[in-house]
Amino acid sequence: MRAPTKVLIAGILVLGTVGYLMATGIKETGVYFVTPSELAAKVSADPSFHDVGVKMGARVVNGSIERNVATQTITFQVTDGEQTYPVVYRGLAPDTFTDDVEVVVEGRLQPDGTFRATTLLAKCGSRYEAVPGA
Amino acid sequence: MTILGQLALWLALLLGAWGTVVGILGGRRGDPALIASARRTTYVLAGVISVAAISLVTALLKSDFNVAYVASYTSRNLPIAYKLSAFYGGQAGSLLFWALVLSLFAAAAQWLTPRRYSYLMPYVAAVTSFVILFFVMVTVFAANPFERLPFTPVDGRGLNPQLQNPGMVIHPPMLYLGYISITIPFAFAVAALLSKRLDMGWLHAIRKWTLISWLFLSVGITLGMWWAYVELGWGGYWAWDPVENASFLPWLTMTAFLHSVMIQEKRGMLKRWNMTLISLSFLLSIFGTFITRSGVISSVHSFTQSSVGYFFLAFLGLSIVGVVVLIWTRASLLKTEAHLDSALSREASFFFNNLLLVGMAFSVLWGTLFPIISEVVRGTQVTVGPPFFNQVNIPIGLGLLALTGIGPLIAWRRASPRNLRRQFAAPLVLAALVALALIALGLRDFYAGMAFTIGAFVVGAIVQEFIRGTGARHRLHGENPALAFVRLVGRNRRRYGGYIVHIGIVIYFVAFAGQAFKTEIEASLKPGESVDLRSPYGHTYTFTHLGVSQYEALNRFVSAASLEITRDGKPFGRPLTSEKRQHVDSFGRPTFEPSTEAAIRYTLREDIYVVYAGSVEGTEEAVYRITINPLVTWVWIGCMVLVFGGAVTLWPGGTVGARGLRRPTESGYQARLPAEMPIEREGAEVLS
Repeated sequence: MRAPTKVLIAGILVLGTVGYLMATGIKETGVYFVTPSELAAKVSADPSFHDVGVKMGARVVNGSIERNVATQTITFQVTDGEQTYPVVYRGLAPDTFTDDVEVVVEGRLQPDGTFRATTLLAKCGSRYEAVPGA
Repeated sequence: MTILGQLALWLALLLGAWGTVVGILGGRRGDPALIASARRTTYVLAGVISVAAISLVTALLKSDFNVAYVASYTSRNLPIAYKLSAFYGGQAGSLLFWALVLSLFAAAAQWLTPRRYSYLMPYVAAVTSFVILFFVMVTVFAANPFERLPFTPVDGRGLNPQLQNPGMVIHPPMLYLGYISITIPFAFAVAALLSKRLDMGWLHAIRKWTLISWLFLSVGITLGMWWAYVELGWGGYWAWDPVENASFLPWLTMTAFLHSVMIQEKRGMLKRWNMTLISLSFLLSIFGTFITRSGVISSVHSFTQSSVGYFFLAFLGLSIVGVVVLIWTRASLLKTEAHLDSALSREASFFFNNLLLVGMAFSVLWGTLFPIISEVVRGTQVTVGPPFFNQVNIPIGLGLLALTGIGPLIAWRRASPRNLRRQFAAPLVLAALVALALIALGLRDFYAGMAFTIGAFVVGAIVQEFIRGTGARHRLHGENPALAFVRLVGRNRRRYGGYIVHIGIVIYFVAFAGQAFKTEIEASLKPGESVDLRSPYGHTYTFTHLGVSQYEALNRFVSAASLEITRDGKPFGRPLTSEKRQHVDSFGRPTFEPSTEAAIRYTLREDIYVVYAGSVEGTEEAVYRITINPLVTWVWIGCMVLVFGGAVTLWPGGTVGARGLRRPTESGYQARLPAEMPIEREGAEVLS
């Protein structure tokens, strides 16, 4: 076999491996990113969707945050204006987590309709940019 | 003053357009007047944009809050260093900063490039002027730093507390320098395509630029890691955040380019590929800026959404079309001059290195854009996070690390079995010994073990190269080993500097492997209470909460919580204090959300990383997150080694040729292989 052919075959094997790693990586670690209404739609269409881990991006309902320091649990509600879900999160909240802020919660929807979050990210749109008129 | 800046920007628009047109016409017609004009335009552009920059800096320093940009990013009580860093801390200013640096680089390229490449220079001026024109256009039409407010606020909003950190003062400009300097080698590549002079000239002309921009990128990325580690408080330095990925992408393609140009220099192969790589690097640097500015993909590092994104998208599209057309129409001039002789050759190992680097870049790009791709294709956004990137990139990274060792050991053209035995025996034995030692010590993490083992192989290979080269000089020239070593490195700086850079890369990998052993605990402690944490080395650390204190500093209210630390029962240094900060303006009104300042004890073996997450309802009971982070310090050390290696390679002065003539580009290790070259390599090259 000529050298370029050998190298070509090896190259295809390498790229195949990379492709395989990417495909399995996405399959195993990819997470749906939904809004509360999309989550509601998915769950009503397919009840087994409860068990699928999702990320949900929504806004924290004003005044809904309750912190229980003893158990390090935070409960709050998130909404996209149409659908609202109560969220339970155990752990430390980021500094930017306050009323009315955009959050991304990752976790599972429980059968009782609460969302149990394992990670909580607070998006602060104004992170590097001043909010106009603030 | 801002009027002056505004005028300067308008003038820069005209000059940018003029430079582009005159450069291309001058190059095509060879008209000396046009060529000279293109060159002068580059210098004048640098001057004019400097005027704009100076007028913005003056407004920042004078706290002219009537200027919207100044009011948005500074306040009266902001320390001067941060007032200066606000220049590139916001959208509009950073775009001006970009134009400024590029115009200075462009002028330097015109000034410093030797005359023998003068046939490229008008086209280089055209490309740089065009890119500058684009950035000035964005500042003028979409994000103007000189825009004034209808009123003058009494105080500004201040700089985001997370940007008030020494790392933040230097990491963005460093990264920008990396991003921006890619434009120069790219401009030469395009110049070569436009002029149809596709010999070695342009490659030689950009050699140093390529390495310099690669070094800036490396340092910028590492400083960004350091900033994230110190400032973001989650206990790590790399989270595969879109903006981090965006900085990693051009680094990967530039690394590939740095290696594959050697194949073109030596063998005249991979010409189209090299054009593609340098263009990709440029496009990815623009793409990176686009990601951070457009808000298409949310990230902790990004600016807010704005119309700036459309400008970038348009520019990206235009550049892609331009590059594709140029390479396509010049394809016949980019034919390879040689073919691969053997699958076991240095050429082949470089080919795999390129394949893996570009494969990695593709997977990172794919993962970063996957939310968008999945939304378009399937209608639902699917995101991938660190698990995806780690799962894909760790194996590829280890493969690359192995090639770092294999490449230098394997002969050009064709490696004989004898060459392989002679070169590989010692490094492989060393790697095997390290692997056995690690297993005996109880290391059970597969990837970390692989990283250490392959790292040992690479270090063994490099040390062997140094020893063989020194030994050969010692025997042939009768030099003592120290002198032989110094001359060896001094006369083959590109090669041995490169090896030192490789050592730096090994150190990075060792540090990354340390993350497999990170341990973490969250605890709520009353004063006097303590918590234990076992480190991966088997030490037991005890953390005792001392209390919370509150005080007022320069521009912030601070509550600080302190932990006393003992290791295996013995005191371990002074207490660590982590802070919660509420920044305020000069009237004591809070600006921004509160921020957390992690407390870090750096040691070579492991860092102790403490974050004070808050107090319980006004008591002194504090909630902490404590992390033991093995080997993190080696990331910073790896970076220093890498920079040192780069400096060795870049040290000015050419190699002295056989007849004592200084032939900076064609002698020594840089020499091209003759068509009929002895295939066995027995240290012959190191003797030049």
